[in-house]
Amino acid sequence: MSARAASEVYAPAGAGRFLETAAAWMLAILWMLPLLYAVWTAFHPGEYSTRFEPLAPLTLSNFARAWDAAPFARYFLNTFLLVTLILACQLVLCTLAAYAFARFDFTGSGIAFALVLAQLMIMPDVLIVENYKTMGRLGILDSIPAIALPYVASAFGIFLLRQTFKTVPRELEEAARVEGAGPLQILLKVYVPLARPIYLAYGLVSVSYHWNNFLWPLIVTSSVESRPLTVGLQVFSSGDQGIDWSIICAATLMTSAPLLGGFLLFQRQFVQSFMRAGIR
Amino acid sequence: MSRATATIHGWLLLLPAMALLVLFTHWPALATFIDSFYSTPRPRRATHFVGLENYRQIADDPIFWQALSNNLWFALGTIPVSIALAMIMALWVNDRIAGRTLVRMAYFTPTVLPMIAIANIWLFFYTPQYGLLAQVLSAFGGASHNWLGSKDTALACVTLVAVWKEAGFFMIFYLAALQQIPPSLAEASALEGASRFYFFRRVQFPLLMPTTLFVLVNAVINAFRTVDHIIVMTRGGPDNATSLLLFRVYELGFNFWDTSLAAALTVLLLMGLALTALAQYLFLERRIHYR
Repeated sequence: MSARAASEVYAPAGAGRFLETAAAWMLAILWMLPLLYAVWTAFHPGEYSTRFEPLAPLTLSNFARAWDAAPFARYFLNTFLLVTLILACQLVLCTLAAYAFARFDFTGSGIAFALVLAQLMIMPDVLIVENYKTMGRLGILDSIPAIALPYVASAFGIFLLRQTFKTVPRELEEAARVEGAGPLQILLKVYVPLARPIYLAYGLVSVSYHWNNFLWPLIVTSSVESRPLTVGLQVFSSGDQGIDWSIICAATLMTSAPLLGGFLLFQRQFVQSFMRAGIR
Repeated sequence: MSRATATIHGWLLLLPAMALLVLFTHWPALATFIDSFYSTPRPRRATHFVGLENYRQIADDPIFWQALSNNLWFALGTIPVSIALAMIMALWVNDRIAGRTLVRMAYFTPTVLPMIAIANIWLFFYTPQYGLLAQVLSAFGGASHNWLGSKDTALACVTLVAVWKEAGFFMIFYLAALQQIPPSLAEASALEGASRFYFFRRVQFPLLMPTTLFVLVNAVINAFRTVDHIIVMTRGGPDNATSLLLFRVYELGFNFWDTSLAAALTVLLLMGLALTALAQYLFLERRIHYR
């Protein structure tokens, strides 16, 4: 028996196979239905938004109208700045902290690690009232750094990188030290390059999380200059648009498009990244 | 390197991350706890110590009890259903069914969409008369129903949206775990004449338990922190039928600006989360087979 066949002794055959495929496809279609419905509405003139005729004319005018009705260009820029700022700061801070936990046997490291892990349970999402007060005291309410700050020191990122750094063989570090490298050089020359797949995985997870984040940005922003896309979309669709579903669907798809497009293009990387980041 | 040097280097490396953690996690958590014993500062009345008054007010507030019960139903609806669906999805996609890449993509796509976009799409889906649901039902002769406007169905509707968003995300973890089960186990149990269901129940399912614990912890946390779709779809209504605990915190803190009440409710929410996490580890950890 070949290895491939052996792994498939329980692969369904005959009628069972047909039933399983049919069920999997049924669920898949059901799963895509709300999204397909929104796509249909966004790409057809308003009068077809709830009538399904295969030959209905296609149009992009809903997107054009949505784009003109709200400052989406500014929202895109804000979201782009926000996710870049968060990711850049997270990468630096988490790398440094993870390096300390992985390779320095220092006094108080146990307590410090417990303090970091506490954030996994006490999430910034829940501490909205107090963090809002803090931003007020710092005088940075309604700014992009105010949205970013609570998320920059990420316990998840520190934990993920620490696990990765721990798997790096000590010999590599010793070799670099013999050549005269200091702690920071060792970090940059040995550890960071070896953890590249984890950085990619963490980056994808972080970008998609913060692109999609809503509650905290909603609370802390109040002007077009700092609102990210998600909040902009909410202001737009609950505003004076009435219930023009074609425009709202177009705006909704538009705001999700970069992430969705990236996902469809790099599906394997996305899925593997989420697996890596979750399993550690 | 001596221990003293290591300690200096270690803390220096840790300093930036720790400073931000203290400022935006530890301090706010502590301040929330302290604030929950003080009155909300008002223009003519400065804040003062009130003891357990805020907690008493919450206990007397029927909306709190409703939000708590809603949240428990919401958790009870999302957690088992999305975990079971995720497991089934992973088993299907793991088998070599026709077009499994497409099927996997269909299951996973809701995960990369913003919850707020999803909420907009489903809002349209549920719309009376125009929405897809209403159209499909009327094609079968059903009467039009205001799904989100009715107290009986609104909570179930927002629960379904959360399941739709989460199941595909959890599927990924099960898929990864399934692929790590050595094929020789399937071969051996087939030789013993075990049925496919028996193989799933006695081999695959127990080996997936660590993944289930991980997914469960995530699902519980999500059930108590996902409120984006509530804000978009129902704003807690109709008549608080879909108000969840974190949504109530948001409402108290930022609609009524009663920050002390919001702080007390946050403390209760955090304590609940900590207790469930503890319980999960204590009760489930023992029953899990680790390889």
